[in-house]
Amino acid sequence: MTGSEIIFALVGVITLGAALLCVTSRNVVRAALWLVVALGGLAGLYLVLSAELVAVVQILIYVGAVVVLLLFGLMVTRAPIGSQPDLNTANRPIAIVVAVAAFGLLVTVQVEAFRFAYVDLDIPGRGSPETIGGALFGSWVLPFEVLSVLLLAALIGAIAVTRRDVGAKGHR
Amino acid sequence: MHLLYPLIVSAGLFSVGLYGLLARRNLVLVLMSVELLLAAVSLNLVAFDIWLSDVLASGQVLTLMVIAIAAAEVGLGLAIVLQLFRQRATSSIDDLDTLTEPVSEHDPR
Repeated sequence: MTGSEIIFALVGVITLGAALLCVTSRNVVRAALWLVVALGGLAGLYLVLSAELVAVVQILIYVGAVVVLLLFGLMVTRAPIGSQPDLNTANRPIAIVVAVAAFGLLVTVQVEAFRFAYVDLDIPGRGSPETIGGALFGSWVLPFEVLSVLLLAALIGAIAVTRRDVGAKGHR
Repeated sequence: MHLLYPLIVSAGLFSVGLYGLLARRNLVLVLMSVELLLAAVSLNLVAFDIWLSDVLASGQVLTLMVIAIAAAEVGLGLAIVLQLFRQRATSSIDDLDTLTEPVSEHDPR
């Protein structure tokens, strides 16, 4: 095992553990905070993989915006703050079977396919803001613009769905 | 670094998210599980991008786009959850069963 493999394995274990606690926690606010740990750990994994810009954006958008939005959602729907016994549906045994089967299938296929694939992490600047920015505003500029339109549509859609005084008359 | 490390972590994240998606009762917790699924896919994209040394940096650019789309998805999803909560006073997916067929004729639903 090389040094980067050891670091990746450690951060990966933290990420997976936090994700597992996020989906099994009986307390909704704690589940959201474990999601912060899982997504922060994922940013660490990106750093080990030398994708620096993606790691920074991950922290900014996910931890800064998405989790705060989820916490707002929990508060607005008046989710109980304390621990609850009934956060899982009756589908739980089926869900465990499906998740374990999916994990087994994915790991088997990937071990068979990529047993001798090695990543070279020593090439400098592959995930730097300069490289990614150049690619984003060079070859990917059209998808980038479409994405900005999508974000605007989602923003307006969220406002239109949530406002009470928008919509057909008589269906308020 | 062996490529299998990111791939196995990604498979684990995906399975955990799948479990949460199927087993959770609260709608906001289901949205969190969707975030875990998207995170697993993003990790795969970055790992393959670094492995293949892509000239266009496709994996990392697509990861940035997935992050932006995830933010939009959470915003819209929470707006829908909020509207449902206003109309039904619940955010539990077991109670939102207007589209299911009644199990029997004597079923109170």
